[in-house]
Amino acid sequence: MLSSQIKSNEIVFGSCNKDLLEKIISYGIGLGADFIEIFIENTDNSSVLAEEDFITSVNPSFGRGAGIRIFKEKKDGFVSTNDLTKHGLMRSVSQAVEMLDITDNKKRDVFNGLNKHRDYSLSKKKWINEVPSIHEISEKLLVSTKSLKKNNKIITRKGSYSRNLQEVIIASSDGTYASDIRLHQTVGLNVIASDAQYRSSGSRRFGSSGMPNEFRLWDHEKAANDVFESSMNMLYADYVDAGQMPVVLANKFGGVIFHEACGHLLETTQIERGTTPFENKLNEKIAHESVTAIDEGISEGHFGSLSVDDEGMEPEKSVLIKDGILKKFISDRAGELRTGHKRTGSGRRQNYSFAAASRMRNTYIAKGEYSKEDLINSISDGLYCKSMGGGSVGATGQFNFAVEEGYLIKNGKLTNPVKGATLIGEAKEVMPKISMCGNDLELAPGFCGSISGSVNVTVGQPHIKVDSITVGGR
Amino acid sequence: MNSREITTQISEAADSLNLRKWDYGASFSNDYSVQVDKGEAKQLKASQKQILTIRVWNQSNLVGITTTSNISESGIKKALRQANIASDFGNKNESTEFSPLAKDPIKLKEVKKRSPVGIKKLLTLLREAEMKLIESHESIKSVPYNGLSESFFERVYANSDGAFRSFSKSQAALYLYARAEEKNNKPRSSGSVKLGYGVDDIDIESCIKEASNKTISHLNYSSIKTDKYLICFSPESFLTIINAFSSMFNARSILDGVSLSNKNSIGEQLSTKALNIYDDGLHEKNISSSPFDGEGTPTKRICLINRGRIENFIHSESTARIFKTIPTGHAGLGSKVSVSPDWIVVEKSEENIDLKTSLDHSTYEGEFVYIEELNAIHAGVRASQGSFSLPFDGWLYKNGKKISIESATVAGDIKYLLKNIVNIESSQEVTTSGISPHIWVDELSITGDA
Repeated sequence: MLSSQIKSNEIVFGSCNKDLLEKIISYGIGLGADFIEIFIENTDNSSVLAEEDFITSVNPSFGRGAGIRIFKEKKDGFVSTNDLTKHGLMRSVSQAVEMLDITDNKKRDVFNGLNKHRDYSLSKKKWINEVPSIHEISEKLLVSTKSLKKNNKIITRKGSYSRNLQEVIIASSDGTYASDIRLHQTVGLNVIASDAQYRSSGSRRFGSSGMPNEFRLWDHEKAANDVFESSMNMLYADYVDAGQMPVVLANKFGGVIFHEACGHLLETTQIERGTTPFENKLNEKIAHESVTAIDEGISEGHFGSLSVDDEGMEPEKSVLIKDGILKKFISDRAGELRTGHKRTGSGRRQNYSFAAASRMRNTYIAKGEYSKEDLINSISDGLYCKSMGGGSVGATGQFNFAVEEGYLIKNGKLTNPVKGATLIGEAKEVMPKISMCGNDLELAPGFCGSISGSVNVTVGQPHIKVDSITVGGR
Repeated sequence: MNSREITTQISEAADSLNLRKWDYGASFSNDYSVQVDKGEAKQLKASQKQILTIRVWNQSNLVGITTTSNISESGIKKALRQANIASDFGNKNESTEFSPLAKDPIKLKEVKKRSPVGIKKLLTLLREAEMKLIESHESIKSVPYNGLSESFFERVYANSDGAFRSFSKSQAALYLYARAEEKNNKPRSSGSVKLGYGVDDIDIESCIKEASNKTISHLNYSSIKTDKYLICFSPESFLTIINAFSSMFNARSILDGVSLSNKNSIGEQLSTKALNIYDDGLHEKNISSSPFDGEGTPTKRICLINRGRIENFIHSESTARIFKTIPTGHAGLGSKVSVSPDWIVVEKSEENIDLKTSLDHSTYEGEFVYIEELNAIHAGVRASQGSFSLPFDGWLYKNGKKISIESATVAGDIKYLLKNIVNIESSQEVTTSGISPHIWVDELSITGDA
């Protein structure tokens, strides 16, 4: 197979590509497309892994590509390519037009050229020189893994870092013309502890967007203490008994349940598929009145924040649920076209090879009035989920989540650590049971995988109490 | 550039940078896919992708790596330079070399490469399939998740020692995931996936029938009481659990301390003597087979469990050297080389006298839970601890009736599960991840909300 070697009229990052982009868009509109969008990216990534007291992997990567999406009425054709020449991009446009079987090019939409360039990257070009070097990252990771070695029960220690720098150009036939540079850094620590037949693990991940200095400021000692303590607490834990019970979910990553179980059901892609129970519930009560939930892309430095989404729209702060009432869906361009819900600056994709879709950004339950102790004191027999693992949501809305670090609640007090717990339920049934929200809202970074690939997000919440939920165990 | 030209380009660029030892892996693909929504085209996709991963060895024999999608002259030079810089941070604790088998001859089977049928035919076929599935039962209202795709790709491995391997093939996939609704009941979903070398090799009718039957069979559902049950794992679900705990056979995982096995586990009795497990990437039913791994080592069949005992581990070049054996063809190509199984084959061994052969999923009349499909593997499996707690789709068979189970999890320990296998049915079934018969296990915990 061939890769194009044509060098004339090629997209050049950091230069004005307006003429070339206009030619390509005009070409697509001339062929009969209702709408055409071009997303071009250039990436410069690296990752480092430290295991025990050695750097065992340094993995740089770089690449470039374009995703071209054409709409004709409500259907769309998407073509991705690594060929950024004029010839390559036009060939992709032709391919998309051909796929959509557009033959009626008489009824042409008008393309009036691209608007003034919105360049969000101006202040960010220096980032690549400000991020820590591989040497600096390696040094700090090794110090971090060393500080995990707190006793001989810790049998494996890992520290990992990854940095993604993505330069994007977005242009479309409605005149949108924007460019941006995105920087995401994550660092994580993992341990496995072992003593005779007992085993446990502990992990924590931290992440930021647009803050080149953040890794240098990361408090690795605190992180290492946290991971160590978690693994020790869980080492001799008994398996939890299964059953229905009240639970308190911790703040930060506890918000993953809202993200997975409810947030996805508020994306317009779910309305398009007819797979959300909330489709016709706008302005109706879907949650307990103590619940207000927000999705936004504007909090500085948070992992899901953006200057501009992957369809060229500035992100907005969307109040999804206000005092238990459903107020808004998370929408992208295709979502607006197919469901009528206005775009929210939430069109996102992993990279050029995915078409953008409505995706969450920083999603969290707003803080309430209670302390963590108020929530725990209100339960005579239940479970405290201090740290959540991953989970999944089925096609009809059932969810399940692993509890990484859990403690029994007896008579309003935390008692024994327990392992093997899984929370099982359905958003529609659980949302009305979130009866108390704490006053300690915090966010945590994560990666969300869905229709348009894996994107950076934050999840979050204060401590919350769910009156009753199924806890799976042994 | 074609793969020979890329090799020449890398060789010349490496010479100019004074890099004497290098290898690379590359893949080139063209993919086409369609999705439909109630008879209308929803999204049509085409992609052209190329990925190149280059490793270089510096003068201290430390390895550096870079991956890029920019396979141009300048991209290749940049990748070599970056890999050279990365080699300063190469793993000093564990060396990496070329696979000693990278130039061994490969028995190339018949290449089942098909020609593209094109987007229009994909769309026509998927529209028809969607319509037939919706018409198959009045309760099936939609097919929210569906897709038909065809891919054409080439993979290459070459190194500075003269090794060069390349193969190209095609693959097609159809998935149909239906949603059924009945008044006063919750919606229920299920589906089917079929693979083929090309679209014309896919049995579309059986995919429709399977998706329809599975979806409808979940309409009559009920909660299940939390308790311990006799379990029958479908071939697909048993292969899912074996793959999830494949770190038990993985030399890389053992060296990393994240496996339940250790260097001395060969010979350990892991399960009932009636169980044999192989990894057989070249199996004729494996549509995704590849004749060599990321390091150029030929793929081969290897016995993992023989009569219940661990017989072999799977290896990369470096793990094989540490274990004083040869690579098995299971390596990736990375800065730290990963090891993973290809295609698992589960069968009944000759030492099966203790099995309770009356346990047959199609005839057994006692109470048992049939696990059709396990979900959320990434969240519910603790491979380094041996424990799992997984949601599943399945049925409770009781008093001659079959009732779909509403949101439940099965939990346990992999070693307990393997030692408590009470029957391995004779007939094997082909799935997308391997071949297995139905497997019966006694006394696993099920949590439901009844």
